Amino acid sequence: MYTQALNDLPTPHNLEDAEKMANFQTRIDSEDRIEANDWMPEAYRRTLVRQISQHAHSEIIGQLPEGAWITRAPSLRRKAALLAKVQDECGHGLYLYAAAETLNASREALMDQLMEGKAKYSSIFNYPTMTWADIGAIGWLVDGAAIMNQIPLCRCSYGPYARAMIRVCKEESFHQRQGFEIMMTLAKGSARQKAMAQDALNRWWWPSLMMFGPPDTDSQHSDQSTRWKIKRFSNDELRQKFVDATVPQAQFLGLTLPDPDLRQDEVTGNWMYGEIDWEEFKQVIAGNGPCNQDRLASRRKAHEEGAWVREAAAAYAARQASRHAA
Amino acid sequence: MNKTLKATPPVQLWEVFIRSRSGLAHKHVGSLHAEDAELALQAARNLFTRRGEGLSIWVVPSHLIVASDPSEKGMLFEPALSKAYRHPTFYNVPEEVGHM
Amino acid sequence: MVTNTISVSETPQVLYALRRADDALILGHRLSECCGHAPTLEEDMALANIGLDLIGQARALYALAALREPSLEDGRANTEDTYAYLRDVGQYRNLLLCELPNGDFGRIIMRQFLYSAFIDPYWRAMMKSSDAQLAAIAEKAEKETAYHLRYTSEWVIRLGDGTPKSHDRMQAALEFLWSYTGEMFDTDEAEAMLQAEGMIIDASAIHDGWRTTVQTILDRATLTLPQSAWMQKGGRSGRHSEHLGFLLAEMQQLPRSEPGAVW
Repeated sequence: MYTQALNDLPTPHNLEDAEKMANFQTRIDSEDRIEANDWMPEAYRRTLVRQISQHAHSEIIGQLPEGAWITRAPSLRRKAALLAKVQDECGHGLYLYAAAETLNASREALMDQLMEGKAKYSSIFNYPTMTWADIGAIGWLVDGAAIMNQIPLCRCSYGPYARAMIRVCKEESFHQRQGFEIMMTLAKGSARQKAMAQDALNRWWWPSLMMFGPPDTDSQHSDQSTRWKIKRFSNDELRQKFVDATVPQAQFLGLTLPDPDLRQDEVTGNWMYGEIDWEEFKQVIAGNGPCNQDRLASRRKAHEEGAWVREAAAAYAARQASRHAA
Repeated sequence: MNKTLKATPPVQLWEVFIRSRSGLAHKHVGSLHAEDAELALQAARNLFTRRGEGLSIWVVPSHLIVASDPSEKGMLFEPALSKAYRHPTFYNVPEEVGHM
Repeated sequence: MVTNTISVSETPQVLYALRRADDALILGHRLSECCGHAPTLEEDMALANIGLDLIGQARALYALAALREPSLEDGRANTEDTYAYLRDVGQYRNLLLCELPNGDFGRIIMRQFLYSAFIDPYWRAMMKSSDAQLAAIAEKAEKETAYHLRYTSEWVIRLGDGTPKSHDRMQAALEFLWSYTGEMFDTDEAEAMLQAEGMIIDASAIHDGWRTTVQTILDRATLTLPQSAWMQKGGRSGRHSEHLGFLLAEMQQLPRSEPGAVW
């Protein structure tokens, strides 16, 4: 989900590797975990680096839309919770970059790619947080969607990624509740507060559904990722699970999901949703979302303004090391 | 958007081990970047003990860890699998003798 | 009565708690502005941790102020949120040092260092307060500020003794902040009353120890203590810089837009 733009087909492998490849698949099939130093197909490594780094980028870019409200949170309790949550996202980015580093992709190189506009991250973070209710909607919907995707990743075949995700999921358990509580407070509040909550839901609902990535019919990479047990459920399966979980929550809040076609299937009990605007999704992924430019500019600014700090720490450490050696 | 930056120089990687409760061993929890040991220790504290998970922290430069080669797994570890006599269940002790 | 701004009955005890609470809130707020924008992810985590500690301290102190404030005529009592969100700039009692804009990472670190080098021994001494609630707040806060002091000291040393560029930036940060440090040690009649009761300590008694700590770290950082003796003051009595108004406008906008609403 945070890696929805992934479209990386494995290259045909070298014949010499055929035996290794077969052994590798046997390990995967028997639910063995692959570790950093184990042999792995180049495409497996590449797929993971791409997926994990996109996930990491999404976490640190994801700090920005919510971070915009830390200084405006309307109570001290909300302020502390939001700061802790946005800080968690930074920590999760850090865990994920560390997982990517076990595959020989350095954090610095990955972040450089992000800042140069060469890396993808979740489309959702390219939408603006206009009002306080957006913080509720993000926690409830975006974190809710993230959890749907991340729980199966805790069983991903690549050990370091799976372990990072276990830590992330454990820490994230408060995020969605935090968001839902904000929405509930607004929904029960004044007419203006309720309107604010409904407006946020109207704006975040469809982008949240897009978070799960393109429909299964268009998703080329899924088959291989599924065989490698990097991905355990298809985009559409997860999306459906999310919709089914969320509809009753919206009803509880007394808010209306902005989908006139939404109806419950009598046989399956699933909530059937209307057409998703995939053109919008493509545009946002391609860099044309309302906030893409702001997000990258913000990351670049922090990076450039921090250069002298990183240089100073490196210079000090180098001098200390040479003093010790002398 | 396509402005090319100067490549950011890599920072030393550290492995972090935390003792979460009194009496337990330090356990590997993850890794981080820091230019020196003191900063690594602080970063480990700030990153991995935010929810009261820690009593003690070790940080070790990642490159100082010596690891066994996964391709030698057979040679290193399989011989131990056939030595059932190292385990207590290998031996028969009559029931009436009781726990031993 | 739903209100958009509050009055506070500033007895010496209430004033004291608000001063310390406002320091912690405003400085914590400034640190929270850095979230997502620090020089490295590791330092992003660190600054947010310090910010969270300070916001937590502010909440405990506001709760104490609310407890000690005589109830209002209409029976309403103030809370942490009415103190934070419904007081105007002139009602804030924080140090000017805490409200200064962040500037670069060097200035953020230097400000936090100068403050921590004061507040940590301050809270340590306050653990012996005759007021059990204040002593408990001090005990919890001291553990946090001891770490803030260690963290910022290490960074002051590295940035001061890093590169020529970082040295210059740190020296400039120190010069910029220096005249705002004197206010930390000021006391007034209201505080003298509480000191006489053994409830609080005399902040000016911390000064020499503070100066020794600062000098020791600055020496290791190859930085020079500014000579200027002129010190700014005013925050404690509600005379603030231009910066606090902007901070409060941003922070208070939402609760003030909807008086009485629950968020």
